[in-house]
Amino acid sequence: MTDLLAIGTRKGLWLARSDDDRHSWSLDGPHLLSQEVAAVSVDTRGPVPRVLAGVQYGHWGPTVMRSDDLGRTWQETESGAIRFPEDTGAALARVWQLRPDSVDRPGVVWAGCEPHSLWRSEDGGCSFSLVRGLWEHPHRPSWEPGGGGGAVHTVLPDPASDRVVVAMSTGGVYVSDDGGAAWAPRNKGITAVFLPDELPEYGQCVHKVAVDAADPDRMYAQNHFGVFRTDDAGVSWRSIADGLPADFGFPVVSSPREPGTAWVVPLVADMERLPPGGRLRVHRTRDAGATWTELGEGLPDASWAAVMRDASCADQGDPTGVYVGTRDGCVYASADEGDTFTTVAAHLPDVLVVRAARLP
Amino acid sequence: MSAEVVLPGVLADLAGGAKHLTVDGGGTLADVLDRLDVQHPLLGRRIRDETGAVRRFVNVYVDGDDVRFAQGLATPVADGAVVQVLPSVAGG
Repeated sequence: MTDLLAIGTRKGLWLARSDDDRHSWSLDGPHLLSQEVAAVSVDTRGPVPRVLAGVQYGHWGPTVMRSDDLGRTWQETESGAIRFPEDTGAALARVWQLRPDSVDRPGVVWAGCEPHSLWRSEDGGCSFSLVRGLWEHPHRPSWEPGGGGGAVHTVLPDPASDRVVVAMSTGGVYVSDDGGAAWAPRNKGITAVFLPDELPEYGQCVHKVAVDAADPDRMYAQNHFGVFRTDDAGVSWRSIADGLPADFGFPVVSSPREPGTAWVVPLVADMERLPPGGRLRVHRTRDAGATWTELGEGLPDASWAAVMRDASCADQGDPTGVYVGTRDGCVYASADEGDTFTTVAAHLPDVLVVRAARLP
Repeated sequence: MSAEVVLPGVLADLAGGAKHLTVDGGGTLADVLDRLDVQHPLLGRRIRDETGAVRRFVNVYVDGDDVRFAQGLATPVADGAVVQVLPSVAGG
């Protein structure tokens, strides 16, 4: 069994491997050197693992690259895997999220992009179709770009139904119960402190959403100020930030195995996007946000670097592995649900995304 | 009629390693880039987005003149003209 950790950075992709149940790691790379890799996925559903990377070529624009040999060679769809239809008058600015669907939907991969758009592939990420239902939503003209640009950055297809959840900065949470045709905002209770009306129907800057291991209606949201939970698929949200040192941050990661378990990485505030006191810490709940425990063994005490929204993830191992990458190019791995961390990499370019996979 | 397209080294791999390409000339810069797209689609996407606009940090010169200060994609490309593609000063 090999554990693979894909690390997308501002200037390339690295692939870390562990063959001893995540205790030690070897680093392979850089791949796609000098290219920004803001989205990556490792799709293990096919006969060989496929690495998909959302690449920004700086001067030369965005694209999706794919590798079926763990980075030795890369392919790109000539006409562009993600290409706005002519009638939209839009152009792809950045790929923010690549999300393979369930094993029961082989070949289906979702992409969240800038400008605010959702895409669906049925051929493993070689070509994507614009999800018109969201693109043509009447709210779209008033979804404002966040500091990093206006994008669908979170895509959560439910493996057991036709529900798809997306989150956008800004825009908030939208849910489709019919596979993407119709969409409704689901932000009640999530605050938007940057708006005169702090509880709007939509327009929130939800940084990340994660679904609970046991209940698809239970989700956790790290907001632009505020950590929230819903138990009714987003119909209503309530704060679960009590017990955290700060309610600002970007990632929220849920356990794929343990109901009620999730992790966040608090930052002080929007005007101070740094770990409180310069101490990089992960906070874990085991009771769906009722209480939080600070975890820091193996994490640095002098770390003045933020963790981006996709620079944290969990794996499929038992116990669950947790991973955190920082803007100063460090990557930390825990094989014990966050109790202890080891350093996978240091001195990389700023880490934008980490994704873990178990290879057969 | 033909035009010469001159590429920076980082784009040459998308044109089979060639930094100098001969493309049927005549018409406008858009026409020339459309012909280039047919020959080398990946290269074409690096220069223009799917709306046909030249990417923000890509500069195109026709016979030494920046087309942004000429007629943009409507800039005429005469027989024997040199179309040079260069990355702008940008990045970090």
